[in-house]
Amino acid sequence: MTIDLEMAEIINVFFQESDEGLDAMEAGLLSLEDGSDCEAINTIFRAAHSIKGGAGTFGFGEISKFTHAVETLLDQMRNGTRGVSADAVQVLLQAVDAMREMVALARDGTPGRPATADAVGERLTAILEEPANPASSRGWPPAETPAAAAPPDPPALAASPDPAAIAVVPGPPARKPAVAATPEPPAEPTAAGEQTHWRIRFLPHVSLFETCNDPLRMFTQLASLGRLQAQAFTQGVPALSEIDATQCHLSWTLDLHGAVTREELAEIFDWVDSNSSITYEQVDDSAPPADVASCAVELPVAAPVAPPVIEPCAAPAVGTAGHLPELPSVPAPDVVPARSALTAPPDASPASAAPKANVDASSIRVGTEKVDALINLVGELVITQSMLGRFAEGVDAGKDLELLRRGLAHLARNTRELQESVLKIRMLPISFSFNRFPRLVRELSRKLEKKVELRLRGESTELDKIVLEKIGDPLVHLVRNSLDHGLETPAARIAAGKSEIGVLELNAYHQGGSIVIEVKDDGAGLDRAKILAKARERGLIADDAPLSEEQIYNLIFLPGFSTAEAVSDVSGRGVGMDVVRRNITDLGGHVQISSERGRGSTIRIRLPLTLAILEGQMLRVGPETYVISLVSIIETVQPQPDHLHTVTGHAELFKHRDEYLPILRLHEIFHIEPDSRDIANGLLVVAESDGQRVAILVDELQAQQQVVIKSLDRNFKQVPGLAGATIHGDGTVALILDVPSLISRFSARTTASVGRAA
Amino acid sequence: MTATILTVDDSASMRQMVSFTLKRAGYTVVEAADGIEALNYARTSTVDLVLTDVNMPNMDGISLVRELRQLQTYKFVPMLMLTTESGQDKKLQGKAAGATGWLVKPFNPEKLLATIEKVL
Repeated sequence: MTIDLEMAEIINVFFQESDEGLDAMEAGLLSLEDGSDCEAINTIFRAAHSIKGGAGTFGFGEISKFTHAVETLLDQMRNGTRGVSADAVQVLLQAVDAMREMVALARDGTPGRPATADAVGERLTAILEEPANPASSRGWPPAETPAAAAPPDPPALAASPDPAAIAVVPGPPARKPAVAATPEPPAEPTAAGEQTHWRIRFLPHVSLFETCNDPLRMFTQLASLGRLQAQAFTQGVPALSEIDATQCHLSWTLDLHGAVTREELAEIFDWVDSNSSITYEQVDDSAPPADVASCAVELPVAAPVAPPVIEPCAAPAVGTAGHLPELPSVPAPDVVPARSALTAPPDASPASAAPKANVDASSIRVGTEKVDALINLVGELVITQSMLGRFAEGVDAGKDLELLRRGLAHLARNTRELQESVLKIRMLPISFSFNRFPRLVRELSRKLEKKVELRLRGESTELDKIVLEKIGDPLVHLVRNSLDHGLETPAARIAAGKSEIGVLELNAYHQGGSIVIEVKDDGAGLDRAKILAKARERGLIADDAPLSEEQIYNLIFLPGFSTAEAVSDVSGRGVGMDVVRRNITDLGGHVQISSERGRGSTIRIRLPLTLAILEGQMLRVGPETYVISLVSIIETVQPQPDHLHTVTGHAELFKHRDEYLPILRLHEIFHIEPDSRDIANGLLVVAESDGQRVAILVDELQAQQQVVIKSLDRNFKQVPGLAGATIHGDGTVALILDVPSLISRFSARTTASVGRAA
Repeated sequence: MTATILTVDDSASMRQMVSFTLKRAGYTVVEAADGIEALNYARTSTVDLVLTDVNMPNMDGISLVRELRQLQTYKFVPMLMLTTESGQDKKLQGKAAGATGWLVKPFNPEKLLATIEKVL
């Protein structure tokens, strides 16, 4: 049970890794367009390679199989046997999409191969079947497996051609781990099950021990398969004074009787056969004499076939006499080409790869729910600390009390720091969201036949994971919009005296307790007249409504608004901008547009850094304390009686500068008894959301402080007008006002008012 | 005393899989995410077996094996490489660098343990 759970967790890590790997592949492939870069190809290759390996290990055969073709193509690009063409990059990008889809399917528990993957797979195969373009001197056709592009096998294997083939294991790339262990490759039907007498001649290279391969290990394994007799040949052993214990000067003939296949033998010697001479021979026991003869022929030093125990003493004499020069001559030809193969180019590139993509190698992966629990605990700690603080204030002064106060001051500082660092755990750089744009912009600009340069700035700016996730789609929409409606065609740009390449800039930076994200283009800018005309045509505003510039731009956020002359498949169906604004408002942020005709537009989104805490202003109405987000407050004023007006329909207005603001009586909304019902005796908090302002009537302003947001819907239920609650130092609960919903409620109630489109 | 195994892989999932399997079989496991990390560990501590991936950033498995063999304390420590079925050239390179043997990916836990038992 726990094994399954643990495995499930590990597989989950594999999915996350695959996502990251696919992102890295995509980013790398896009960078390839600017010219082939060895390091980039290596990074892409490695990502594909890891996904393939993991998929195979964790039982996702389809992913593994599909990725194999991707890896093959990348490998050819990497070692230069195939050029990097735009076409191939395009197919690889599609392959990344297909892999993403397959990973998603696997994650949902329904692993499979979607139709798109088949299509991309065919294109991959087609590319792989094309003759490789750079006229490489290598004669062989495009390889099915990367191994084929490697240097030729050393001739060492000439003596035993079969083991090489076995070592490659050309079986299906993905063997499901769930299947019972079958360490051996499928046995040849011929010899299986029959008693066989195998004679194995094993002439290891002198360097055998350097790789920690112990012949005894192989012999023990052989002995486990049947009855084993071993004979050692010691002629090669040098004089005792010259002996190097780290070198192997022995060779063996092994006789094994048992139901053993050649594959089983080859498997045992798999690790050493590349630089040793090994032959396997089936002995017909009915004709032993011929056998001895063949032994003598193949092993030039095989003359004395004697028990190994005694030999070592005699060996030096024999060795020096004349056999010694012969022994190295056998392995020597094997080794030289093997060594030279090592220094061949394929090795050079991976070794020199210093990937920049791996910046987060030092990061740990933590489940979000664990971090949430931690944040919650720290919130409690803050409350405790503030309770203690209040207690200390209430007690008479004394020596001990001074110490207590000092301790509390420390506690306060530590708590604050702890809170900050815990909150940082769930902060992620905005590059996670920005990274998808190079691809998006590239594809859209092709579709729209526009030339666009995308600039990303402030990619390392961090923000809360949840905010990051929720801001992704709105950003995509804004970028699409800029490309479609903002930036002009190259011809139009040249006609306007601008460079034909439009610039789209995404920028992120911290400002106060907020993060600001800007989507900026140097396109045509917003056309005020066109927006106004469209809004009037759609009946979104009254014909004579006087609107400020900002208010006009804000019209594009209204539901059902679109100025695109032709609806394109990129954007411009008029759904979206309103959703964009709603998403941003839901996150406690707001969006602002500035634009200059002919010069471009900038959309500026301001978001809280986190949804877990809030910079709050405490305010009091009668006996109740409320919290309002500091960012939504414009200012607080003591109203002059002559600035207050009442209009028919029961609406009260406050003249703030040149604007009439509706007055929102909190005590009426929440049914509580205020200190005074007379507006002139209270304070008006001017708050803004979505470009709409209201004046909220309260009795008193209290402290400004950071509050930990406790969800209402999780602990109670969702209440319109309230965004949540927080707990004071004295344990009482204060409700947090939801300014956007208060304003929209209010607007719905007083439809007949106020020179504003709503 | 249980044998200590150093497992080196840049993929966290593979590392965890290997580590999980080995720990359940009673081995002590040390993990490293690339060759550099593994080498740094090896400079101060010894293990009974090294199990390394080949394709890794910073320092690949073959360079790691080569570097480890230069250390006196690692001269006779078995080192296994995890390779893919397509990695014949890698096997030979690894071999020449001093690797004891290899384990072909994908593999299952039983195979992993069987292979390790061969050399320990």
